[in-house]
Amino acid sequence: MSTRPKLTVDANEGVAHVAYRLNEVMAIYPITPSSPMAEFCDQWASENRKNLWGTLPSIVELQSEGGAVGAVHGMLQTGSLATTFTASQGLLLMVPNMFKIAGELLPAVFHVTARAVATHALSIFGDHSDIMACRTTGWAMLGSASVQEATDFALISQAAALKSRIPFVHFFDGFRTSHEVQKIEALTDADLRALIDDQLIAEHRARAMSPERPVLRGTAQNPDVFFQNREGCNPFYAACPQIVQDAMDQFAKVVGRKYHLFDYVGAPDADRVIVLMGSGCEAAHETVDHLVKKGEKVGVLKVRLYRPFDISGFIGALPASVKSLAVLDRTKEPGATGEPLYQDVITALMEGLAAGIGKLKSMPKVICGRYGLYSKEFTPAMVKAVFDNLKSSQPKNHFTVGINDDVSHTSLTVDNEFSTEPDNVIRAMFYGLGADGTVGANKNSIKIIGEGTDNYAQGYFVYDSKKSGSMTVSHLRFGPEPIRSTYLISRANFIACHLPTFLERYDMVKPLTTGGTFLLNTPHSKDQAWSKLPTPVQETLIARKAKFYVIDATKVAHESGMGGRINTIMQVCFFALSGVLPRDKAIDSIKYSIKKTYGKKGEEVVAMNLKAVDNTLEHLHEVPVPNRANGSGPLLPPLVAGAPKFVNDVLGKITAGDGDDLPVSAFPVDGTFPTATAQYEKRNLALDIPVWDEKICIQCLKCVAICPHATIRAKVYEPAALKNVPGTFKSVDSRVPDFKGLKFTLQVAAEDCTGCQLCVDVCPAKNKTEAKLKAINMRPQAPLRDSERANWNFFLELPELDRRKVKTTQLRQQQLLRPLFEFSGACAGCGETPYIKMVSQLFGDRAVIANATGCSSIYGGNLPTTPYCVDKAGRGPTWCNSLFEDNAEFGLGFRVSIDKQKEFATELVKKLAPQLGDDLVSGIVNAVQADEAGIYEQRERVTVLKQKLGELETPEAKALLTIADTLVKRSVWIFGGDGWAYDIGYGGLDHVLASGRDVNVLVMDTEVYSNTGGQMSKSTPRGAVAKFAAGGKPAGKKDLGLIAMSYGNIYVASIAMGAKDEHSLRAIVEAESYPGPSLIIAYSHCIAHGIALDQGVGARQQKLAVESGQWLLYRYDPRRAEAGENPLQMDSGAAKAKVQDYLLSENRFKMLTKSKPEDSKKLFAQAQADSERRYKFYQFMSGRNLKSENAPAATAKSAATVDQQP
Amino acid sequence: MDLTTTYLGLKLRTPLVPAASPLSEDIDSIKRMEDAGASAVVLYSLFEEQLRQDRLELNRNLEQGTFSSPEALTYFPEPEEYHLGPEEYLKHIAAAKQAVRIPIIASINATINNGKSVGAWTQFARLVEQAKADALELNIYYVPTNLNLSGAEIEQTYVDVLKAVKAEVTIPVAVKLSPFFTNFANMAKRMNDAGANGLVLFNRFYQPDIDLETLEVKPNILLSTPMAMRVPLRWIAILYGRLQVSLAATSGIHRATDVLKMLMAGADVTQLCSTLIRHGVGHVSVIEKELVAWMEEHEYESVAQLKGSLSQKNCPAPSAFERAQYMRAISNYAVS
Repeated sequence: MSTRPKLTVDANEGVAHVAYRLNEVMAIYPITPSSPMAEFCDQWASENRKNLWGTLPSIVELQSEGGAVGAVHGMLQTGSLATTFTASQGLLLMVPNMFKIAGELLPAVFHVTARAVATHALSIFGDHSDIMACRTTGWAMLGSASVQEATDFALISQAAALKSRIPFVHFFDGFRTSHEVQKIEALTDADLRALIDDQLIAEHRARAMSPERPVLRGTAQNPDVFFQNREGCNPFYAACPQIVQDAMDQFAKVVGRKYHLFDYVGAPDADRVIVLMGSGCEAAHETVDHLVKKGEKVGVLKVRLYRPFDISGFIGALPASVKSLAVLDRTKEPGATGEPLYQDVITALMEGLAAGIGKLKSMPKVICGRYGLYSKEFTPAMVKAVFDNLKSSQPKNHFTVGINDDVSHTSLTVDNEFSTEPDNVIRAMFYGLGADGTVGANKNSIKIIGEGTDNYAQGYFVYDSKKSGSMTVSHLRFGPEPIRSTYLISRANFIACHLPTFLERYDMVKPLTTGGTFLLNTPHSKDQAWSKLPTPVQETLIARKAKFYVIDATKVAHESGMGGRINTIMQVCFFALSGVLPRDKAIDSIKYSIKKTYGKKGEEVVAMNLKAVDNTLEHLHEVPVPNRANGSGPLLPPLVAGAPKFVNDVLGKITAGDGDDLPVSAFPVDGTFPTATAQYEKRNLALDIPVWDEKICIQCLKCVAICPHATIRAKVYEPAALKNVPGTFKSVDSRVPDFKGLKFTLQVAAEDCTGCQLCVDVCPAKNKTEAKLKAINMRPQAPLRDSERANWNFFLELPELDRRKVKTTQLRQQQLLRPLFEFSGACAGCGETPYIKMVSQLFGDRAVIANATGCSSIYGGNLPTTPYCVDKAGRGPTWCNSLFEDNAEFGLGFRVSIDKQKEFATELVKKLAPQLGDDLVSGIVNAVQADEAGIYEQRERVTVLKQKLGELETPEAKALLTIADTLVKRSVWIFGGDGWAYDIGYGGLDHVLASGRDVNVLVMDTEVYSNTGGQMSKSTPRGAVAKFAAGGKPAGKKDLGLIAMSYGNIYVASIAMGAKDEHSLRAIVEAESYPGPSLIIAYSHCIAHGIALDQGVGARQQKLAVESGQWLLYRYDPRRAEAGENPLQMDSGAAKAKVQDYLLSENRFKMLTKSKPEDSKKLFAQAQADSERRYKFYQFMSGRNLKSENAPAATAKSAATVDQQP
Repeated sequence: MDLTTTYLGLKLRTPLVPAASPLSEDIDSIKRMEDAGASAVVLYSLFEEQLRQDRLELNRNLEQGTFSSPEALTYFPEPEEYHLGPEEYLKHIAAAKQAVRIPIIASINATINNGKSVGAWTQFARLVEQAKADALELNIYYVPTNLNLSGAEIEQTYVDVLKAVKAEVTIPVAVKLSPFFTNFANMAKRMNDAGANGLVLFNRFYQPDIDLETLEVKPNILLSTPMAMRVPLRWIAILYGRLQVSLAATSGIHRATDVLKMLMAGADVTQLCSTLIRHGVGHVSVIEKELVAWMEEHEYESVAQLKGSLSQKNCPAPSAFERAQYMRAISNYAVS
């Protein structure tokens, strides 16, 4: 083994280590799964790390991938070494510029974590559809299959790009490779120098644009010359493959690892060969090794350089004995004669054979298939299925492998019992709760083993689709040979369950091998633990002759001062039980690693972790596994009883973690799913839930408004409804004068609550004899679960209040409306969802929602279950996500389309007046739908209309029937975050706002790209530390509202529900009622702010933001201007606190005082000045009297439109 | 007029010294103190508890929500190093020393761990000395709530802290105390015997208050009123001439007349806080002018002449400083 340092990293980090050193300038933009590469580079730059030439790379974040590639193009044209990192839609946004860059022969390497392009659904996971979508751009494409290869190819592709002048896409599989942790060999600066020729850089510089030697590029050409000019690049492409091979050879000479354009592995006399590229090569390699040992004549050809496709290299790499080939593509090209790699292989073979290239005597049989789309597992069993298919006399062509295609019958049968996993590999699985530290500890264990022993190590981590209470599954392998198992563990000799409640639902011991070890974190003693296990789990443990260990890690963690972080404790248990290292050595290594990892965070943090290590082993106990199961009963069903069939059969299976077993026919063909499904998934996340004290409650409903998951609800109802009441159901007289004589109940959905405590924090009512108690208080959930379930079900059956009777500008009335957005997977304590919920209460029954990609599209539309729901009449929001960048335009499309249909419907209604009757027609055509009563009446008319139309046979009547519903006012909403509104979607948003159309834009402003992990946006305030702003954001926040106000005809509001809930409500109601474009910018506290979100501080932070002047509350209503009044109303007063008081209460700002104290002082002072200047400016603007220029404005409220509503 | 005085062995131009307060967090403000005639500056306190809190909070905030979602494995970049220890404070001492010529007195407040550990006190003291502070003030700020902890144990802890610090550093060490001891005179003597170079009398604690609107307990600190000076005045007068330690008076010193009274009681310096927060650091010069004017008018030549002239030892009625006086004051009030 060489003496190069060993790294235990994922491919993103490995590649970033090379790319950072080999570039001078980078233009970046976040997109999963590539973001970490850009984050590493930004962080290293903030630490003043130098590149290979001893200078600090300059890194700039752009507003989109389209912007990033434009910037890179400019960087290259002016002679710099430039790069970017991207994936999926991001790569596709770069396509036009990629054509340019290749056409101008500019050498660059883009590092791409290959990811699915969204089709019927979005997927953040890996396949080659993005790569394939840009294969016509003229870029070379080099694919790596493992973490080590990705690191190596990052260098090889840069060397080859400089030499060939052809730009390179260096790609590796999203998540499977980008996020897989492996022990690899690092490349040293000397390695990089040995491959990068400074003379080539000098030539690149010499070709650069310079006024010293001016040139002109980017001409427009006509049909007379473009074609022949375009053909001029051919020699460069012809030379490219050899240049790549030369670079690979040079790399082999320096580093030792040998690569080829096409690498063949397998029997030298193989008759069956699989061709593929990407991480699947590793699984295929492992399988081929296994099968060859058993005497099978099989092989795998790994495609490294996909473009330019080198025919002679390809044929030359195939064994002459090959009789049949299966070409596997990790992409789908509907309607094509075959997927791209297959087509290339066919063409290469035909051309190559015709030209007499290589040793093949005749054309082998070639078939193709698809595998592993969207990170679907690709296992040795599937590889074997492909070889078996090749063996058959009539092999299935255009097959799929890894799914059950019961519609087109393309899929191969896979023998899931087939395994190639060697016995000398330790395979461990850990089921953890997101954020409990399990993943971090496992990454740490891999490091300990990878860097402290000669063993190879691999880690891959699977996260679920919810942001709150999510389950993480870590898959770890350790062994003496390089690990090529690029698939999840299906047979584990060690399984650990870090959260006991997961065991109630998931049969996680199923993969345990005979004699394997199961470790459970449980509050039960070693004598009780066995009997508390679900019976099926016991049965498996008995059948597998398993060893069973328990520890109360939660207790040890609390006693050690670790709070809920059980990571270190469970890590110690793993080392103690797995035997992967001698116990003492393992403990020493853990302690050393704790000091290394936490040292910079202070001695207290180190000390509590060390204490946890010392406290662990005495609490770890073996529990004897008896011969007979006597458990707690069956596993809990994934969904509650009573769900519709599709929800139960399909979504239920996904919830149970068995989505892989669903066949093609189970799914809607066009990506359409029912709403109102989150109600069936009772996640029981909260250890403590709010409990209502009806005697203290003042019925203000602030708790209902702020609840992010719609799990606190209120109803008023006739006393007569209280029949057959569950024993503990609470009910009091309504305190609202309008509802005199009615009963009031505040009810918590105990099984849906996430326990975030926002409700308790905002409750203004205090117990007079014990001031720490409020009208709602947190109490343990478990003892209340059954009774509250009954109460909740009873509550749901109580009649809803007639919407026409609710004053929608009074929070305590408006919050009685049923939310049509409930139980989302958003983070506990989320600051965005209360706004969505409020919109859904007010307009959900007629809302059409366009949602930009981001947090709100993930918690809003991620399978298995989704939160948008329906009222008793079956009405509710209809929701769709298009892309990240086009959301405003997408929503405008809704509006234009609906308006046209309404216009056409109105025309038809008028035309059909003789048949429909003048009263009905005039009622429909002249309907005023300004409030609930107006909407209700129009709905009634449309019902009559549809009845009448059903009796008519004319084409007009039939046409009208299809669009009659559009006669009821529809509320078009455009939801998104600040990354969308301020950055990538800003151009479109601006255009849509300027269109004058009646759309309602809700920007949930968290001031960072929350969904992708907190990268800086143009909304990020000055001084905040964010990803891509590791040194604190130097520039101030963009004032989106002010820009929008400049049009004059846009309703604009800046709101913060936690600061002033009724103001938020008023603004939302006004915005919707305004018959033109409306923009609501809603301050949304976020986990990425570094606040104790799980302790309910969110609303408090919003308040502080407003009180310090950091966030303004205002409304700009063009209708006021029409009335001659100043359209701008300031709704927050002068600052009551210093901005710094607010800044220091959030980690995103405070962190800078710890990392760059001097910079923080400067930036904080500027932030104070920003705030004061902005306040004065807004005060000045809102203080003008538009009626008379000289007189000061009266604080006019007369034109406030919603004040006049009933 | 000779205003010079000696405090902790430091020869000072006047007895006017800004006390530990947020006013010294800013170097410019320290410069302005010097410009206004402050003869030394006690820097704001370095709080161990604050540092600990910061570290744990940072760790918590950085770990919150991590590795829960495939798209957002973490939410913050992690810098290579943090400035989480006392470095900032030490840098501040160095910067202050660079900026002004008057002595800089550092102030530290470490935690008292059940009356046992003195680790952070000695560590901070050593660092402060290395950072070239001219002297050190130990701000021993401790509100015991343990029902089983005796007064004797608490007092012993104070002595232990002081002894440990004195064993660690050579710069002069003053101890800032509260008056809440059964026999403060004895406590002062024990500090004196344990090697204190000075006593700063007295510390004012954040005291809880109740907000009637929100029904919350909100600890806050009120600016002192001149009434607050009566307690230190008494004890300084009692201690003057009976111990070797320097005496600094603090609490309620707002005007030159307050300074005069303290000096007459026996203080070597007066530490100013509330009055500077209220009027700005430039107010030091106003007090000095008034001090000089009074002394001239009353034909005093020096601070040395004033010092201790009305201490218990030198005053006409020594019992006036004792408890019996309380009864008479009340009865006098009643008849007048």
